[in-house]
Amino acid sequence: MLKQVHFKSSALPYMLVAPQIIITLVFFMWPASQAIYQSLLIEDAFGGNTQFVWFDNFIELFDDDHYVKTFVRTLFYSAMVALLSLSVSLILAAMADRVIRGTGIYRTLLIWPYAVAPVIAGALWAFLFYPTTGIISTALTKIGYEWNHQLNGNQAMFLVIIAAAWKQISYNFLFFLAGMQAIPKSLIEAAAIDAASPAKRFWTIIFPLITPTTFFLLVVNIVYAFFETFGIIHVVTKGGPANATETLVYKVYKDGFIGLDLGGSSVQSVILMVLVIAMTVFQFKFIERKVEY
Amino acid sequence: MIENRPVSTFISHAILIAGIAIVIFPIWITIVAASHDAARLLQVPLPLGLGDQFFDNLKYVLGKGVGDSAPLGLMLFNSLIMALMIAFGKIAISLLSAYAIVYFDFRFRMFFFWMIFITLMLPVEVRIIPTYAVVADLGMLDSYWGLTIPLIASATATFMFRQTFLSVPDELLEAARIDGAGPMRFFFDILLPVSRTSIAAMFVILFIYGWNQYLWPLIVTTDKSMVTIVMSIKGMMEALEETPQWDYIMMTSLLAMIPPVIVVILMQKIFVKGLTETEK
Repeated sequence: MLKQVHFKSSALPYMLVAPQIIITLVFFMWPASQAIYQSLLIEDAFGGNTQFVWFDNFIELFDDDHYVKTFVRTLFYSAMVALLSLSVSLILAAMADRVIRGTGIYRTLLIWPYAVAPVIAGALWAFLFYPTTGIISTALTKIGYEWNHQLNGNQAMFLVIIAAAWKQISYNFLFFLAGMQAIPKSLIEAAAIDAASPAKRFWTIIFPLITPTTFFLLVVNIVYAFFETFGIIHVVTKGGPANATETLVYKVYKDGFIGLDLGGSSVQSVILMVLVIAMTVFQFKFIERKVEY
Repeated sequence: MIENRPVSTFISHAILIAGIAIVIFPIWITIVAASHDAARLLQVPLPLGLGDQFFDNLKYVLGKGVGDSAPLGLMLFNSLIMALMIAFGKIAISLLSAYAIVYFDFRFRMFFFWMIFITLMLPVEVRIIPTYAVVADLGMLDSYWGLTIPLIASATATFMFRQTFLSVPDELLEAARIDGAGPMRFFFDILLPVSRTSIAAMFVILFIYGWNQYLWPLIVTTDKSMVTIVMSIKGMMEALEETPQWDYIMMTSLLAMIPPVIVVILMQKIFVKGLTETEK
């Protein structure tokens, strides 16, 4: 943690941490504590009286069928994004790890989507699937499948999952590939001498050895789907049709900035904070394991 | 390679190429759409090859914007300022705080460390409304400061630099001390130069993070002249009538992705190394 050889205390270290600590206090601690404080209050319709109600707001929120549905939908959405993106990038990384030539070129070509903003990714996929003229949607119509994600909730969900998973492929690919390339070649060679087929080597050696990477990526992907894909949903479906693609973060935004229900929105913010903390703690548990291995 | 299996090597390449084709397809279609005129993009089937309107579209959106938006030239400028301020700001404050935490023994050292650590758990999305209130109270709405400072405190960068500093040999500090260098001299003349790879990797990550911000700029800016290119897309897709002006929208998308893509591709080696070695 601290260097063996270090400087003695003086005013200097306090000055060095000051900028970050001040920004953290003003823009992180204070707003977060405000959210927590407001989530425990109830305000009457005219904003005159506030009353401290402990956890009534939370109980009320979880009694709300609409919120519970959004919660379940967000879990489903994140799980699908993580699953789709992880499996595609795992296959691609396994292939890139096998080939001798071209790994660098493949990596360069696959790295692109990492740099694309979620909202731009949303716009690209919305164009491909635009009901009347999109390249993919018209092709689907030709083979007899009616596509209109502006009316069909399941199709809308499918589209945002695809767009979100697409953007995350690069990131997952880079980590999987780095994980695979860190495995000593002698292990794979030994298995090859024992006549294990490439598929068998993958499932019995490579895949188990990259488990820490996989767990790390799983958490990162779920956090990504929860928080960073707001732009995709906002531009592709606006949470619709009929709330079919509304996620927790989208609902915080909608209730707070469009509905102007600050109390309700801060309760939701607090729940999101608890979720992030849980996921971060979970992730660090696995990182510690990784250090041992 | 461990053994020679031409067939399976061939299959591996085939799968990779197919995968890349799928990943690249939306980007290719963006370039195609940006090179046709609006009328062509309403005729089914849409083109799969390039048209001849690319530079006309480019000139139009850069100068005039789309619908009633600001000209794209201005938006690109705003995005660049925002991305650079976030990247440099985060790197500067994280270098300083990581230096203090690793190289100084002072009271509340661990307290400060945990305070920074906890910000990892508070992405701007979860505290968006109270943060907005703070920024509004400070009068920073519709300004570059309001756009960037709330995003600048970052545990990630502090962690990465902490890791880098911990791997710097102790002998460097001993030698510097013998030569009579003070703490700041050591920081600027020795520590920063030996950490330049991490700094460069962090720059790539943070530049992209800053450039791609969406929800926060959407909320703190209302003035048309403060709009960034990434957030302009939404308005364009909704503007006007039912049919979006796909040629201009796709040109805008293309312009919005080019700078971060160039940064990633040019600095690929450093970036990949920095990303996969420190974020774990």
